[in-house]
Amino acid sequence: MSYHAFLGGEKFCFSSLKQVLAYASPYRSGDELAGVAAPDPLQRIGAREALANIPLRTFLNEVPVPYETDEVTRLIIDSHDAAAFAPVAHMTVGDLRDWLLDHETDGATLAALAPGLTAEMVAAVSKLMRNQDLVAVARKITVRTAFRNTQGLPGCMGSRLQPNHPVDSLPGIAASMLDGLLLGVGDAVVGINPASDNMANASDILHMLEDVRVRYDIPIQTCLLTHVTNTLQLMERNAPVDLVFQSISGTQEANAGFGISLSVLSEAYMASQSLGRGTLGTNTMYFETGQGSALSADAHHGMDQQTAEVRAYAVARAFSPLLVNTVVGFIGPEYLYDGKQIIRAGLEDHFCGKLMGLPMGCDVCYTNHAEVDQDDMDNLMMLLCTAGINFLIAVPGSDDIMLNYQSLSYHDIQTLRSLFGVRAAPEFEEWLVAREMVDAKGRIRVNSPSIFSGIIPCND
Amino acid sequence: MTDDRPISWQALQARTSARIGLARAGNTISGAAVREFQYAHVRARHAVSITLDINQLNLSLPHIEVESRAGDRDEYVRRPDLGRQLSDTSRESLPHGRYDIVFVIADGLSALAAQQQGPAVLAAVIPLLADWCIAPLVVAQRARVALGDEIATCLGARCVVMMIGERPGLRCAESMSLYMTWNPKVGMRDSGRNCISNIHGHGGLSAMTAASSLVWLLKMARMRNYSGVNLKDETCTIEQTVRPDGQKMLLDRTDQ
Repeated sequence: MSYHAFLGGEKFCFSSLKQVLAYASPYRSGDELAGVAAPDPLQRIGAREALANIPLRTFLNEVPVPYETDEVTRLIIDSHDAAAFAPVAHMTVGDLRDWLLDHETDGATLAALAPGLTAEMVAAVSKLMRNQDLVAVARKITVRTAFRNTQGLPGCMGSRLQPNHPVDSLPGIAASMLDGLLLGVGDAVVGINPASDNMANASDILHMLEDVRVRYDIPIQTCLLTHVTNTLQLMERNAPVDLVFQSISGTQEANAGFGISLSVLSEAYMASQSLGRGTLGTNTMYFETGQGSALSADAHHGMDQQTAEVRAYAVARAFSPLLVNTVVGFIGPEYLYDGKQIIRAGLEDHFCGKLMGLPMGCDVCYTNHAEVDQDDMDNLMMLLCTAGINFLIAVPGSDDIMLNYQSLSYHDIQTLRSLFGVRAAPEFEEWLVAREMVDAKGRIRVNSPSIFSGIIPCND
Repeated sequence: MTDDRPISWQALQARTSARIGLARAGNTISGAAVREFQYAHVRARHAVSITLDINQLNLSLPHIEVESRAGDRDEYVRRPDLGRQLSDTSRESLPHGRYDIVFVIADGLSALAAQQQGPAVLAAVIPLLADWCIAPLVVAQRARVALGDEIATCLGARCVVMMIGERPGLRCAESMSLYMTWNPKVGMRDSGRNCISNIHGHGGLSAMTAASSLVWLLKMARMRNYSGVNLKDETCTIEQTVRPDGQKMLLDRTDQ
């Protein structure tokens, strides 16, 4: 179907809903690379005008990737909750933007609405929102999940401790883990990206994480971020698997590029549920996403990268995850060129994830071939904290020595806790207090590594 | 509440090159460490712009030089699509034959990594592949991982190993990955590849260890006639790295 808008007497025409969405997106290098970006700034504003006037119902009839050939589209359409949609069913995308910002639209209303919104509706409305709008609406939404502690409570912000090592040395991983625990990081998850996919190595890492958790009685969950099919095998071999990890994308074909499908995710979800390892809750899945993944796999079907990204959230929410995060600047400058584009994308991803009902976090990060530096990351972490993000990722001194990119530091998490008053998960905070790691003002002390020296394996 | 043996930061820092035990200023990191980080960042940024110097490879083997359709380093960084396609002249320079395998030394995002690690890995691997018919070595400029698929197709090789520079990091700007693809085809999925990463001399994988992992993988791939996520690394040693794509979101550190 075609769409149009009039601005200043000029008529702007668009050939499809997909094109309106792509043209309405803020400028970014990945959409230019895909050849789907608005050809000029006027067309972009024209597309936003057209988009504002499109009824939300249209999105149930015109899908960007065919229902017949894409299982993500089928998931989106088949799981749409008409009753939840009813309160906004009469609205256009422009109406929805204003309604989301209305004082009367509170967190409970938005939580009830989530199953009624499709990924494309959520992507659409974000394109009509400024950065402050993305922050203001996201901040209203609370998404609570639990495994061995509770994530997403109001006033709380979790952190993932990411102690990677270039050759998966157990003492090396342990040393970085110890540093993070001493700085009060890791309640969301202690999650390791293995350099290798060696199965014996994977099992060794999981056992080490389990030993540390049990030895110090830490109310956290651990995760080895390996391919879902590896985790399935590890579970079969009785390795201590808390969370199942997988990178996901927004089309069937892009997911095939990751070597996954909805059915393999379902299989892993069922297997992890049957382990019953969570003490406070049953959320066992951990997903990572990021704008540009569909284009990178040449499977974007002419969609802009932000719309494709929100479709990945539709995949995620089918499995009640404990944690979801966008790895926003990891993909590189071909997709998000500079600090401005990364910051905008981070805010979009957080807002869209939350509106979809996900426990959304972020890896605030960049690579060394992008036009970004740590000042941009400072800005994004503070904005996301203001927006009420569920958790952020942190590595020693912001430098991931295995993946060769920069994220936040453990110290940054302390800075945010102090600046914004956000706290770790209550169960983890109690543990920090019991271990006398915080002072009377609730600040992390300069703790001695000897507190946890038992973490370091001796027999290396 | 020390319940373990005493341990110093110095001892811990000997276990990893990660920035652990940094001195603090209030909540944040001390100024000296912040300035050192900024210096490392600028150096890593510079490493991206360095071009591959074929003379520095000191190749004793006959080799063919090719380039992608990306005209310079800047275009290479911005246009991954061009980095995955051979230039017209390069395509014509590859003679079609019948080979079991082709090795490609490629600059990727760190030409220095390819220069330092490529020849070393190659020298360790080739003697272990006595019964393989090996195509002439290819050296590729401004290459993404998938450029290897087209190179293998042109040469008529059943397998391609891309030896490619990864994204430069702050601690190490010279890290190389190996991407092994069985039955490579233009436009194939990344889930069809296996990767051995972090090959470098700053606490990374040694060329020798990487070579032995690669040979194990190659033998498995030849036996099963496939590579990728379904080819699991079941070797026993710890220092193996065989990683199907897609772990930390989106491909890999060379940013295909």
